Amino acid sequence: MTGVDAPQGAAALVVSMDNIEKHFGAVAANRGASLDVARGEIHALVGENGAGKSTLMHVLSGLVTPDAGVVRVDGRAVTGWTTGDAIRAGVGMVHQHFMLVPTLTVAENVVLGNEPRRGWALDVAGAERQVTAVASRYGLAVDVRRRVADLNVGEAQRVEILKTLVRGARILILDEPTAVLSPPEVRELWRVLRALRDARPDGAIILITHKLDEVMDVSDRVTVMRHGQTVANMDTAHATAAEIARAMVGRAVSLVRDMPPPRTSRRSVDAPPRLVVRDLVVDGARHERRVDGVGFSLAGGEILGIAGVEGNGQTELVECIAGLRPVRSGHVLLDGRDITAQPVHARLSLGLAHVPEDRHRRGLVLEYSVADNLILGRQRGYAGRFGLDRARIARNAAARIEQFDIRPPDPALPARALSGGNQQKVVVAREMGDDFGVLLAAQPTRGVDVGAIEFIHAQLRAARDAGKAILLVSAELAEILALSDRIGVMFRGRLADILPRDQASIERLGRAMTGAA
Amino acid sequence: MILAFLSQTIRIAIPYLFAAAGGTVAERSGVISLTLEGFLLTGAFGAALGSYYGHSAWIGVACGLAAGLVFGVIHGIATIRYRADQVVSGIAINLLAIGVTRYFLHLAFGSSSNSPRVAGFTTVVKGEGLIAGLLHDPLIPLGLVAIPAVAWAMYRTPFGLRIRAVGEHPTAARTIGIRVARVRYIAVAVSGMLAGLGGAYLALDQHQFTDNMSAGRGYIALAAMIFGNWDPMRGGLACLLFAAAEAAQINLQGTHGIPSQFVQMIPYVLTIIALAGVVGKSTPPAALGRAE
Amino acid sequence: MRARVGEALLPPIVALLVALVVGDILILSVGQSPADVWALLLRGTWGNAYGFGQVLYKTTTLTCTGLCVAIGLRAGLFNIGGEGQLAAGGFAAALAGLALPAGTPLGIALPACIAAALAAGAVTGWVPGILRARFGAHEVITTIMFNFIILALLNWAISTTLRVPETLHTRAVHAGAIAPLGDVLPAFHGSAANWSLVLSLAAAAAMWWYLFRTRAGYDLRAVGLQPDAAESGGIAVGRVWVRALTLSGALAGLGGVNFVLGYKHYYEDGFATGAGFLGIAVALVGRNTPAGIVLASIFFATLSQGGLAINALVPKTMVDVLQGAVIIAVAASVPEVRRVMRRRARSAAT
Repeated sequence: MTGVDAPQGAAALVVSMDNIEKHFGAVAANRGASLDVARGEIHALVGENGAGKSTLMHVLSGLVTPDAGVVRVDGRAVTGWTTGDAIRAGVGMVHQHFMLVPTLTVAENVVLGNEPRRGWALDVAGAERQVTAVASRYGLAVDVRRRVADLNVGEAQRVEILKTLVRGARILILDEPTAVLSPPEVRELWRVLRALRDARPDGAIILITHKLDEVMDVSDRVTVMRHGQTVANMDTAHATAAEIARAMVGRAVSLVRDMPPPRTSRRSVDAPPRLVVRDLVVDGARHERRVDGVGFSLAGGEILGIAGVEGNGQTELVECIAGLRPVRSGHVLLDGRDITAQPVHARLSLGLAHVPEDRHRRGLVLEYSVADNLILGRQRGYAGRFGLDRARIARNAAARIEQFDIRPPDPALPARALSGGNQQKVVVAREMGDDFGVLLAAQPTRGVDVGAIEFIHAQLRAARDAGKAILLVSAELAEILALSDRIGVMFRGRLADILPRDQASIERLGRAMTGAA
Repeated sequence: MILAFLSQTIRIAIPYLFAAAGGTVAERSGVISLTLEGFLLTGAFGAALGSYYGHSAWIGVACGLAAGLVFGVIHGIATIRYRADQVVSGIAINLLAIGVTRYFLHLAFGSSSNSPRVAGFTTVVKGEGLIAGLLHDPLIPLGLVAIPAVAWAMYRTPFGLRIRAVGEHPTAARTIGIRVARVRYIAVAVSGMLAGLGGAYLALDQHQFTDNMSAGRGYIALAAMIFGNWDPMRGGLACLLFAAAEAAQINLQGTHGIPSQFVQMIPYVLTIIALAGVVGKSTPPAALGRAE
Repeated sequence: MRARVGEALLPPIVALLVALVVGDILILSVGQSPADVWALLLRGTWGNAYGFGQVLYKTTTLTCTGLCVAIGLRAGLFNIGGEGQLAAGGFAAALAGLALPAGTPLGIALPACIAAALAAGAVTGWVPGILRARFGAHEVITTIMFNFIILALLNWAISTTLRVPETLHTRAVHAGAIAPLGDVLPAFHGSAANWSLVLSLAAAAAMWWYLFRTRAGYDLRAVGLQPDAAESGGIAVGRVWVRALTLSGALAGLGGVNFVLGYKHYYEDGFATGAGFLGIAVALVGRNTPAGIVLASIFFATLSQGGLAINALVPKTMVDVLQGAVIIAVAASVPEVRRVMRRRARSAAT
């Protein structure tokens, strides 16, 4: 651990987590994760998706019991305590997905479970007074009488923070709090956090984030996690964003055995682009911008990789291009045709293929057989005069199973019975099997074993070499680097400049992914 | 004249008010309540049984309440503990209610169509004002109070707050330590009791239990609840509206009134119109029906 | 694999067990011997030709309402308005039969009446389908509401204009009459069983073909199993919903032919009572498969007819209790067993 100015003495540590281990089935979410938080500091816990940050904080907040390691709060060993214990000890967690009841008011949400009474009745006025008092003490401006559904994101988040403060939280954990905030709302949140820190010198604030500008702006110290371990720990004032980014992203080669040499793009300069996206704006549930003016063009014979930590608008971008989400403004053109308003089946028939990021929800009908899943989206092509041509469906299934080495090679098995890797191969076999022009591959190897990963990568390369246009969206930087001809990074709904592969270094990408560039 | 109409409307509305009040409580907690029809029926039978063997209308009321409670608990166990589909369980409860009441009607009273006359409440004194006449049956003022009482409990008590939270966002409720299942059990039990009281009123008012005497009233109460957008007071107003239409139709029968069947349809047509969003958005509790 | 077979057989087994246990309790409560009563039930239903004929008659109607519910459920929709749709179908068949001139050959009259029944049922299913697809109005409520609306409308039509005085039924419908089975199979003489049975079985076979062999059926089942994946695969989910509920209504409407054309030869107010809700039980126990539905229909029809047969010993209302108990038990057992099996599979994997 690169320690700089380790905090002096155990008494100054309000939280101390030592060598935490936690496995979920075969996955090691935490192995050798440590964290020391001193009193009165704002501590940033950073890392990519899957680094183990959330798990570590769930251990601290009592949601999860670690397999090994020691947790101390105020010097007291509390390993394996319950959420009730944690709340009573003053630990409060603000989750990434708000736990607020939309139809109730702010005051009602905050006092829920702990309601002040007047005889049998709910002391509404008392509740409002109580919540307003706590809110103004910490500088959280919010009208406690408003319904939560009417609040904007920043206000809703303040209510979540209020919930913990009213229960006496002084060790506050915030999980990716700025994921849905606009820049002015972020600044407001920093003001609140600083006020909280100053008001409770015996407590601390832990901020889980992957955005380095935030780390530099507001934190006092930083702990970096990668692959379930703690890899670095530094004083923010003495660190640079580049250093932190490098620690986060590391030498991203674990999955790539032979890195192919940087290749010159095989795109023909004169060939018209096959997919063009222009000024795309997509709104989320609370009218915040999830995709904020994204544009790019994709030609045949290339793989355009979109890197970025999940939650920065990639999901919405791909769903829009696929036809599963409406746009607020902007255009999508496929082979010159404006398909922005076209339904999904029209896009499919125009040669668009889509490997969705959630194979269980969007990619497969798990109860259907492998053979039936292999024709999803193309079933009209298998309709004969008296119904589906089962012989052709069987032939298609046999061919794909062999071509993509799907195991077990039984086309009648329900897709539910296959392993994750083989399920993904079914999706890939289907989408890449026919004659397609443009492929949208979203997180194509997530949750897939190494053998299947290599196979799918080989398929993607082969398609590119055959002249197809591929948009690869992945949170795995290694995958992006291994496959892409050009690379762009999505951050906060915007697509940063697209670079050719040979100009995209890990460091440069890491900085773009975390906003440190 | 007006008073007579009002009095008649109120009498018709009482079962609707009780059932809609109960249904609102259960549905706001997230449990679909197609069961109101069955609760009304068992409440009616329990009341007839209790009044006959107990020789007292009050015992009848207690038995009606208990019968509704029992069936409410059955629905609760099936849907909450065993995660049975709530619609299917509701229909099953209604079928079970018909079957059980018929069976015990035969067993207890030896008839397949009706019980013998049982003691009720009403002894209207001649010359008494119509409003005073309403007060003889305690279930009438109780029924009128049921809706406002549920509204008060839902919006002004801690438990009502929890019911609303559990029906909209049970996960959020769970993360702050509320026992979602317990809240729902209580809500469904309450719905059984309230609707059971509505059935008790029916039986005691008519001084007997007849086969399938609920006659679709539970579905009208359900329609009123939906038309009132799951708000107790608005549901209550809908109940009164439907009852008024029924009273008007009875009075106009034989003259150039609207045929009775069309008046019968009014609650259902209005509900469909409400659901189609014609009169503003229909907003059921967000977690309604989800197994969770 | 064994788990799936077990899961498929569970509802019928639970149904049988619950019927036996609850039935035993009720039988004992009136001081009878279960063995005697069950034996009498079997003798009265499968043990003699008339009884069996009655069972077949009831099976016909229940098969149609069961198919109606099942095709909706396969698309993820709950149509509980089967009773009204059944009545509407019967009514339309009667109207068609009455409208056709006397002496119309059977070859024209019968298809015309059946088509009328199907069309009426289809319309009554189509409306809730559109309401769901366009306005998001939940079909559970709209189909219940329409149920009452349709029944009220039909009651009005009958009692004001179409009925034979002193009754609640229409004039006799001769055109399109379906012959009773008793004509050809003398054993069934006197029972209500008629060739509509063939129609219902054909409908079951047709539904099987539609669901599992056609592209439209592929789309429908996908929407019911995983609507997000179906949408990703270009399937127009809203349109599938409308189609499913329309077909659902049509299937229920077909059932009306059994009573109106095959048995009484007139439309009578109230003939459909109870068949809609029982259709739900049939679909549940039959696991939404055509073969299962036919078998489940036979089960419930046997119970229903059996109740009449044992009426001397035990009130026939016992059957009503059994029906409700069976439905609750089946509805409660399926998710519970699935949960237990999934937990066992998970602990076996770790």
